[in-house]
Amino acid sequence: MSETVAVPASIDTSVPKNYLNHDKSIKSWLLTLDHKRIALLYLVTISIVFLVAGVLALLVRAELFTAGETLMKPDTYNQFFSLHGILMVFLFIVPSVPAIMGNFVMPMQLGAIDVAFPRLNLASYYIYLIGGVLVVTAILAGNIDTGWTFYTPYSARLGSSVIFMTLAVFIAGFSSILTGLNFIVTIHKMRAPGLTWNRLPLFVWSIYATSIVQVLATPVIGITMLLLLLEKTLQIGIFDPALGGDPILFQHFFWFYSHPAVYIMILPAFGIISDLMGVFSRHEVQGYKFVALSSVAIAFLGFLVWGHHMFVSGQSAISSIVFSLITYLIGIPTGVKVLNWVGTMYRGSVSFKTPMLYALSFLFLFTIGGLTGVALGVLGLDIHLHDTYFVVAHFHYVMMGGTVIAAIGGLHYWWPKITGKMYNETMGSIAAVLIFIGFNVTFFTQFVLGTKGMPRRYYDYQIQYEALHQISTVGSWILASGLFLVLFTFIHSLMKGKKAGSNPWGAATLEWTHTASPPSPHNFDEQPIVTHGPYDYHALARVSGDGAAQTSEPELSESRH
Amino acid sequence: MGTFWMPEGASTMSGEVDSLFYLVYWISVVIFIGVVAAMAYFAIKYRRTRESYVPPIVHENRFLEAAMIFIPLILTMVVFTFGFKTYLKMNIAPPTAYTIEAVASQWKWDFTYPNGKQVTGELHVPEGKPVKVHSTSMDVLHSFFIPQFRVKQDVVPNRYSSVWFQATKVDSFDVFCTEYCGTSHSGMLAKVIVHKPEDFEAWLNAGDDRPLDVQGESLFKANSCNTCHSIDGSRIVGPTFKGLFGSSRTFADGTTRTADEDYLRQSIMQPGSEIVESYPNVMPASYGTTLRPDDVTKIIEYIKTLK
Repeated sequence: MSETVAVPASIDTSVPKNYLNHDKSIKSWLLTLDHKRIALLYLVTISIVFLVAGVLALLVRAELFTAGETLMKPDTYNQFFSLHGILMVFLFIVPSVPAIMGNFVMPMQLGAIDVAFPRLNLASYYIYLIGGVLVVTAILAGNIDTGWTFYTPYSARLGSSVIFMTLAVFIAGFSSILTGLNFIVTIHKMRAPGLTWNRLPLFVWSIYATSIVQVLATPVIGITMLLLLLEKTLQIGIFDPALGGDPILFQHFFWFYSHPAVYIMILPAFGIISDLMGVFSRHEVQGYKFVALSSVAIAFLGFLVWGHHMFVSGQSAISSIVFSLITYLIGIPTGVKVLNWVGTMYRGSVSFKTPMLYALSFLFLFTIGGLTGVALGVLGLDIHLHDTYFVVAHFHYVMMGGTVIAAIGGLHYWWPKITGKMYNETMGSIAAVLIFIGFNVTFFTQFVLGTKGMPRRYYDYQIQYEALHQISTVGSWILASGLFLVLFTFIHSLMKGKKAGSNPWGAATLEWTHTASPPSPHNFDEQPIVTHGPYDYHALARVSGDGAAQTSEPELSESRH
Repeated sequence: MGTFWMPEGASTMSGEVDSLFYLVYWISVVIFIGVVAAMAYFAIKYRRTRESYVPPIVHENRFLEAAMIFIPLILTMVVFTFGFKTYLKMNIAPPTAYTIEAVASQWKWDFTYPNGKQVTGELHVPEGKPVKVHSTSMDVLHSFFIPQFRVKQDVVPNRYSSVWFQATKVDSFDVFCTEYCGTSHSGMLAKVIVHKPEDFEAWLNAGDDRPLDVQGESLFKANSCNTCHSIDGSRIVGPTFKGLFGSSRTFADGTTRTADEDYLRQSIMQPGSEIVESYPNVMPASYGTTLRPDDVTKIIEYIKTLK
């Protein structure tokens, strides 16, 4: 930039215009149609939800530090764990990766200037916000203490607040339907020339699979809400046994949405891990087609296994047997992914930057989460483990050890692109290690609690479980300190971070090779043309002209633009 | 007394469930160690030493990809088959099983024996005989769980479900409710007490000749009254029972009344009728229909002793 001379003095040339600084008014942020800015709106909102729900989790763990009353009364405890679950599931983890990283990264990975429907994208954000406000209002007004599962008839006794709650969740869910629709169209119609389906980054493949599930599964909450409303207003017995309804039917409706929703939560994480394993091994992701299509297979099979949440509910034995059998089939594509990720490092060039530490943590934790999922699918064994802490530990290993760890890794990976600043590697690595240790101390103990018979959602417990509960609570403090260190690392980077080059990691996907950090408002200066696969580092080395891949020194990589 | 993972087993089914657990456990441990060892080995052996190095392309091995699909498929089908067989055994009670009727309600378990004997919070069973617990719920979902027997079954209003087991040890174990059911979900406990068959017969045919207030104390715990009402003056969810009898109560509407037998009976049978000032109206009305009249008398006698 320094050689630019023939520019009128009125134009400030010292700072190149990017999507962050081209217009700084509040209005330009709140009404932006730029997918990158919308992603940041989501990032801030969703991070606040994560903070609140995380503090609730710490309070729940603190209450369980001793048997009997430690900090709060039973009703407060029941509301806290319900609030933790509802916020984490519906307002944090479902939208997290697609709305933040899907929005920011996916259009750029396609070589597109934006998503297909930018106005719809902004509308999705505000619908999410309205849904979020309604969820919080419903909880505060209704004293909701049902857990995130809202099982009838217990929830029906709260009167209309459960209908209000379902409405709020559906509105928040509607935001993901619209985002999903937007992404499907974008991926089909807006790929750069040369970007064939076989050259799509695996992150895009996983966002694609997720979007299909979002569009097809979320309407079921709407149906459930309508049935609850009909039951309440017309007194038709659907779920309420007092009117002749069947409470188990509600569980079918609930899990018909909520089980596919589990894949809405985990599939985007798979995408992040595929990208991280490729970039930080500087190696083609092994079995690219298997990894890509296994996401689609999981998305499809995810619709057929909801009944495995109901082995002891009283559903027919035949149903349980069929659901158990299909559940195992999901384990196959999932296993294929894990083995291919490990295989990606084979004969690679493995870097241990912070995002890779999270990717390796993910492989460790998700493998435990997956294998314990198989244990829970075993009919005769699930009877003992169902609704105990074993289940709590299992889904935290998958949801937090899987999705949240991948999301934090992805955030470190794309951070230089989002902000134009590097973060401090030492702080980043220490935080990753703290989170890994804290997570295992917190949740591994819960597997043992579960097999020993400790039921979930218990305010009080028998004294023989106290020691394990205390270890778990101490773990939650280590975990929290790691998470706060992540927050501090990012704030530190914003204030003091070194300037990032356009491609500090030497990645081969378009958001790194063809845009500046941070990108310009329209992403690309000219339409990129794709000539190689997303993990083809040889092609990247040829393009950069020196026979070497991009170095990880930000100062040097800046020369490419 | 159990292992690192599993609690002590005390039914004919516990050994089988534990074998199933250890089968899945050891397969999982082997796979997990394999994955982590490969991960650690590759990460260290192929760690980045030169910044500019671009490693060679490794061509996809179709044989390996196929193995990744078929080996897990075979392993999971093996595990499924064993799980399925155990599940069938757990589901089909022997026709000769001794049937006990159970009724769950917030937050207690009531058991009725074939001879009409009724007990709350204690499930007495004979050792070495198959027992079937045939249950339903008066209000919301509950779930009947005995960790040492490895059995669990949701208890649903408006329908019956059942669970069977054959106890192998003369001892007593916890019964937990494992389907969330409100404020005192964690207090909805019972004991399963296993007797030698002849002792069980004797218990079944014996009356309770303990004083009323002592029986009342047992009922106070069996019905989970203790999870909301303290006996030491402290506040939990509802008012304490200490010094309750004969005291003057002030209600939310400002009226007062002396806590006599009539008041106590009314407060148990229609808990929402008079709410003591500053307390929430959360006590389930189901106590009015599930407590027997003489049980209410016994509990009142017990409250009278708490000076």
